[in-house]
Amino acid sequence: MNDSAATLPADDATALGLLEDMLRIRRLEEKAAEFYSAGKIRGFLHLYIGEEAVAAGAMRQLQAEDSIFTTYREHGHALLRGMSAATIMTEMFGKVRGCSRGRGGSMHLFDASLRFYGGSAIVAGALPLAVGMALADQMRGRKQASACFFGEGAMAEGASHESLNLAALWNLPVLFLCENNLYAMGTALSRSQVQTAMAERARLYGISSESVDGMDVAAVHDAVGRAAEAVRSTGRPHFVELRTYRFRAHSMFDAELYREKAEIEEWKQRDPIPAYQARLEAAGRLTPDVVEAMQQRADKEMEAAVREADAAPWEPVEDLTRFIYTRNAAHERHEREHAGEHAHDVPRGDTPGAANGLAR
Amino acid sequence: MTYREAIRRALRTALHDDRVFLMGEDVGMYGGSYAVSKGLLDEFGPAKIRDTPLSELTFVGAGIGAALGGVRPIVEIMTVNFSLLALDQIVNNAATLRHMCGGQLSVPVVIRLATGAGKQVAAQHSHSFEGWYAHIPGLRILAPATVEDAGGMLLAALDDPDPVLIFEHVMLYNAEGDGPETPQPVDIDHAEVRRAGRDVTIITYGGTLGKAMTAAAELSADGIEAEVIDLRTLRPLDDETFLASVRRTHRAVIVDEGWKSGSISAEITARIVEQAFYELDAPVERVCSLETPIPYPRHLEQAVLPQVPAIVDAARRTMQADV
Repeated sequence: MNDSAATLPADDATALGLLEDMLRIRRLEEKAAEFYSAGKIRGFLHLYIGEEAVAAGAMRQLQAEDSIFTTYREHGHALLRGMSAATIMTEMFGKVRGCSRGRGGSMHLFDASLRFYGGSAIVAGALPLAVGMALADQMRGRKQASACFFGEGAMAEGASHESLNLAALWNLPVLFLCENNLYAMGTALSRSQVQTAMAERARLYGISSESVDGMDVAAVHDAVGRAAEAVRSTGRPHFVELRTYRFRAHSMFDAELYREKAEIEEWKQRDPIPAYQARLEAAGRLTPDVVEAMQQRADKEMEAAVREADAAPWEPVEDLTRFIYTRNAAHERHEREHAGEHAHDVPRGDTPGAANGLAR
Repeated sequence: MTYREAIRRALRTALHDDRVFLMGEDVGMYGGSYAVSKGLLDEFGPAKIRDTPLSELTFVGAGIGAALGGVRPIVEIMTVNFSLLALDQIVNNAATLRHMCGGQLSVPVVIRLATGAGKQVAAQHSHSFEGWYAHIPGLRILAPATVEDAGGMLLAALDDPDPVLIFEHVMLYNAEGDGPETPQPVDIDHAEVRRAGRDVTIITYGGTLGKAMTAAAELSADGIEAEVIDLRTLRPLDDETFLASVRRTHRAVIVDEGWKSGSISAEITARIVEQAFYELDAPVERVCSLETPIPYPRHLEQAVLPQVPAIVDAARRTMQADV
């Protein structure tokens, strides 16, 4: 962990944008925690607080035509991909105007129009999907990266080995982004895997690989930018390990019996947001009033998101059998009988497979 | 034409579509472990006929991901038991994604699996898990029993926007039957009456259809006319067709190479009891595999599987029942 700090991005829009991106994620997560405690969000809620530099640095380097696959700790990635805080919060509230109609909740944010293929709640479950998407891209001659975020815990799953192998074997444009926060739920990396250097593992499969300080947003931005460009230009997979730490519990159910408070405090000294803010200020590129304005914008954005989520309607129970099958005779019959009753609750997705180019 | 040839012809027809490709273990240079794809590598090349590593979890998942990306993968799993290595991707992704994203995505992947016993390949290559898969909402489960369906169902599956699993029974690959010169998609929503009869309904699918037909012929010699129903699609299950038959014959025998406990035969029994209980003149009979893993020696393997005499006996018992 002795990386020297990466060079700040030259243009202010990017340099300051990275800070604002991190602030927005943190505020979104704080609001989510607040409304979990208030009982508005239920089930599992996995917060990204402490890890913001990873999503912020990486997402700015992914282009509109790239595909994105993430884990169940994906609120920040979804937000920076361009999904509104309101659609994310509404999804977490389980309402029909959420990005996944409330069907998925916190762990399953989707927006096919943004090529955001979800939070997957099966560890390593999205890796084969990202490989397949890259195969489709290759077959159709598209020069895009298929980016997959996953934790270091996924590297113990067979699917990760199989996916690294297949991506390298078939020269597929997959960008593997390993968010190493040192704990697979409560199991420390050193207690569960023999080779703890993730980048080395990828290298064994012949994949270009590097390891980056994931608490330094400029370093993440730089490394992911180079890797993504390499994937697009060579059509071959690349792997980036982003060394990070989550400040909060694994989920809201976690009593954190498995790690020392002192360790958490030590990492909090490296909080990516104040660290980066201090660097910008020291470089004379940021003044306190600009940060204040960013925070106020984020506050307002998240307040509005919560209001919208709270006011949103629930999915009618009669709609429950929709979207299990694309061809759904029973539902079509129901629709005919109740034409127009709840058409306003259907934000998208009524053209079968339109998003993946399958309408026929 | 054989069942195998019918599938190969359908594959060839499908592969002319730019978006369609076949991948799986040994589908290319080896020609497919049951020789279904023999010759296709030479004809279509390695970009369309892809030999995969032994990574069921990932090549099935890659099929799902590729389907999300707008192409039409046909994934071959060498034998049904190996599909268990890919169960996570089939159940947690293929079957679930459309629901979980609120209808934004469809997953048009086709997965072909060799299923069933009879080749003395013992307890890790011979099971019948199609009934298990039929438990899962979001999947379409097909079991072609005829040469026409073997090819036609594959083409229909490729037209389906949702994930389809096709269970090809290993004992049928050499079966001869009529099939169209030019493969055509067939209906994949309905069961079919393969033999009309007034006295008892035999409900089956896939590898046991032939045994049911033989049993029906034997029963006919004794004056018992059995109606034989080929389910064809195990999910979504077309219960109207078999219920209509049972309402006419008032008797039902279910023949399934799966085990009885928690099975598709149990599901069919339940639907008959739920929806046609007062029409029954006899208890529902089931002829299924004995509840053991499939053994290697021929005499034991055959003893485990549903056989014609057991089907005939079951049908006779329904005729003799005194209700």
